[in-house]
Amino acid sequence: MTTVAGADTLVVEQPKSRGFPGLGLLRSTHGLQRATLVLGLVLVAGFILVALFAPLLARYGFAQTSADGVEFVRQQAPSAQHWFGTSVRGEDVYSRVIYGARTALMVIVLSLIISLLLGVVLGLVSGYRGGWLDRVLVLVMDALYAMPSLLLAIVVSIVLVAGQSGTLGGILSASVAIMAVFVPQYFRVVRNATLAVKVEPFVDAARVTGASTTRILFRHILSNVTSSLPVIITLNGAEAILTLAGLGFLGFGIEPTKAAEWGYDLNKALSDISNGIWWTAVFPGTAIVLAVLGMTLVGESINEVLNPLLRTRRAAN
Amino acid sequence: MTFSTDAGPVRAVEDVTFDVKPGEVLAVVGESGSGKSVSSRAAIGLLPDTARVTGTVLLGDRDVAGLSDKQFTALRGKDIAMVFQEPGAALDPLFTVGYQISEAIRAHTDVDRKQARDKAIDLLRLVRLPDPEQRYGFYPHQLSGGQKQRVVIACAIACDPEVILADEPTTALDVTVQAEILELLRDLRDRLGSAIVLITHNMGVVADLADRVVVMNAGKVIEIAAVAKLFAEPSQEYTRTLLAAVPHLGQGNPEHQAGPETKTETVLEIDGLSVEFPGAIGSAAFKAVDDVTFSIDRGKTLGLVGESGSGKSTIGRCVAALQKPTTGTVKILGQDITAMSEKQLRPVRAKFGFVFQDPATSLNPRLRVGDCVAEPLKVHKVVRGAECTARVAQLLDAVRLPKDTAARYPHELSGGQRQRANLARALALSPDLLVADEPTSALDVSVQASVLDLFEELQREWAFACLFISHDLAVVDRLADDVAVLRNGVLQEMGPRDQILRNPQTEYTQRLVAAVPVPDPEEQRRRREASAGLFD
Repeated sequence: MTTVAGADTLVVEQPKSRGFPGLGLLRSTHGLQRATLVLGLVLVAGFILVALFAPLLARYGFAQTSADGVEFVRQQAPSAQHWFGTSVRGEDVYSRVIYGARTALMVIVLSLIISLLLGVVLGLVSGYRGGWLDRVLVLVMDALYAMPSLLLAIVVSIVLVAGQSGTLGGILSASVAIMAVFVPQYFRVVRNATLAVKVEPFVDAARVTGASTTRILFRHILSNVTSSLPVIITLNGAEAILTLAGLGFLGFGIEPTKAAEWGYDLNKALSDISNGIWWTAVFPGTAIVLAVLGMTLVGESINEVLNPLLRTRRAAN
Repeated sequence: MTFSTDAGPVRAVEDVTFDVKPGEVLAVVGESGSGKSVSSRAAIGLLPDTARVTGTVLLGDRDVAGLSDKQFTALRGKDIAMVFQEPGAALDPLFTVGYQISEAIRAHTDVDRKQARDKAIDLLRLVRLPDPEQRYGFYPHQLSGGQKQRVVIACAIACDPEVILADEPTTALDVTVQAEILELLRDLRDRLGSAIVLITHNMGVVADLADRVVVMNAGKVIEIAAVAKLFAEPSQEYTRTLLAAVPHLGQGNPEHQAGPETKTETVLEIDGLSVEFPGAIGSAAFKAVDDVTFSIDRGKTLGLVGESGSGKSTIGRCVAALQKPTTGTVKILGQDITAMSEKQLRPVRAKFGFVFQDPATSLNPRLRVGDCVAEPLKVHKVVRGAECTARVAQLLDAVRLPKDTAARYPHELSGGQRQRANLARALALSPDLLVADEPTSALDVSVQASVLDLFEELQREWAFACLFISHDLAVVDRLADDVAVLRNGVLQEMGPRDQILRNPQTEYTQRLVAAVPVPDPEEQRRRREASAGLFD
């Protein structure tokens, strides 16, 4: 009946993954939803561009405290030479904010890749095979889920590198710490979607043709359970920034000489605030807010676009 | 009427005019997407927010098309009521059926709880639910599908509405239950004098119940005629093709006559098959299939018929090794597949194909149709590369699909095309056995007819044995050589088609055959009178 026709048109209209990314998404929104999406995309694009071209945009290195043999004046207010002022250790705040984007992006990408791989594979296998494996995995993941995420990240970070470390090690340990928080999320989503998809006739059809379990999992089920992942990925990206900043703020981040990190800078700016030195806190803080806001806006918009019940449509005529 | 959708505004119904008089049954028929449901739903204000309606709906002499939601609430139930397709979904599972009927009564009349209760019990008696006093306190899940539909009807007639809209009231029900519900509707019309608008796609139901018929197609009214006239001499081309496509029980199939008896090899042999599902804690295991034995020869079709819950699909799943039987054996070309491990089964699976009921969900939505059809070829590493593409093209051609279908996604195809693609996939490895589980029940009649034709033709050409599972006796009549009737997992009767469908021996089969409404008002009346005694 009419529902059938409706379902057909819905699928047709879903943004295709091919073509310019985001364009299909944009086309299927309108009004306030589109404005939200555009704002989010602009913020995220800005964040990524800043991270990629950090060496070109920054005026000094992130750990640089002097130029041409002259030491920077410490805790200097914003000026033509130091746009965002200097910190208590004499670093240029502007450069650190720029380089901070790079650290954040690396951590996001690494943690998402690892947690996606682990979460999706475990979720697929657990959902499809069921039995004791499923029960054990669900128990472990639920236990992880029950832990406060920052606490979990701190524990992992201490276990891995005793809390402090250099550039790559620091980024890696931060990623792994954040990953431990995310894996259960992907696991749950993928497992539940797999449970729903595995009873679909087309999976039975694949079994009847004699396809092996691996083939069924990765060729037939995988592509049908990933539709909700983009939403979680973007929302998790936002959460990753927050967790990273939290780790840095609490002193479990990366050493300031090895990489710029917003959370660490915020921590160091704590004592400045009472002295009326606002620039060391406001700029890294704003960077965190903008990056998280952008990711969240994109995530929520994708969610609304992909979910036909939330999507607004242009009225007829 | 216009709908806003993702693809822009869609005109669902255009310039539709029809009327229904008190005491009359008006049937609105048409295939899916013809707009028969939406045009009727406009009358009761049950359209989604995205719909815009122009034109008038007159109830008595009042125009109700432009009413606000609040005004409609006062109108619904009292002046116009609705019977839904799925009785299980139309009742709230958290309240007793009696409460739900009293609620309908108290919404429009000023009576106290006690009076409403008495009225509700009267209504339950009116719709002939046994033990109405006791059934009043039942929850929907304690009733069968047919009983639930009786309750929904009782809700609808609670306030003596002038018009009852019945949207596919029997589609979700088994044929024997359908016959009872149709009898009830006929009886209610005589007693209450309400006008009934019956929305259906089933021509047999139309012939059985309707006085006048509106035929719709693609949002337009094609023809309005009295039922006898419509079936005897349809004036429009569309109506003629529609009627010709409807399978007709008792018509048989002149093309499909039993050939000369030549002994061919047995492809499928099922012996003493039983399947049990573990019951809830404390209750016995549920026996879905109980000691079923049959076999199919090459090139022959066995029609397995039965009502829902009779275990016919479970047998199909056992044959396809998707379900392990509790006892008994399933032999394909002499190999017992019940004892095999998944790995041992793999080469055997190349010997049979499976066509599923719902063409929409049995193709992987993320794969192109060509890849779906090629899947068996790739899995069994028969051919690869360009040869594979050529083979797929051949298969698509065999099932009459255009060449460019291979590059399209399943949702871009119509239901009939998708089912053809399913058929192509099932036949990709030239199987010896084809299991078809209700392959046409999700399709419109005209599409069903062409898919059935294709089926027969391919079977003649490829000589596979076929286990054809269906609840529709008319379809089985057209296609099968032998028919097996299943009830509650037990084989009731089995034999050549003509014997089972023309001269049934067991009482259940007689009832089953008699319950199927035939798309011919004259013949249907005769059949109804002849079989009146069977349904009490």
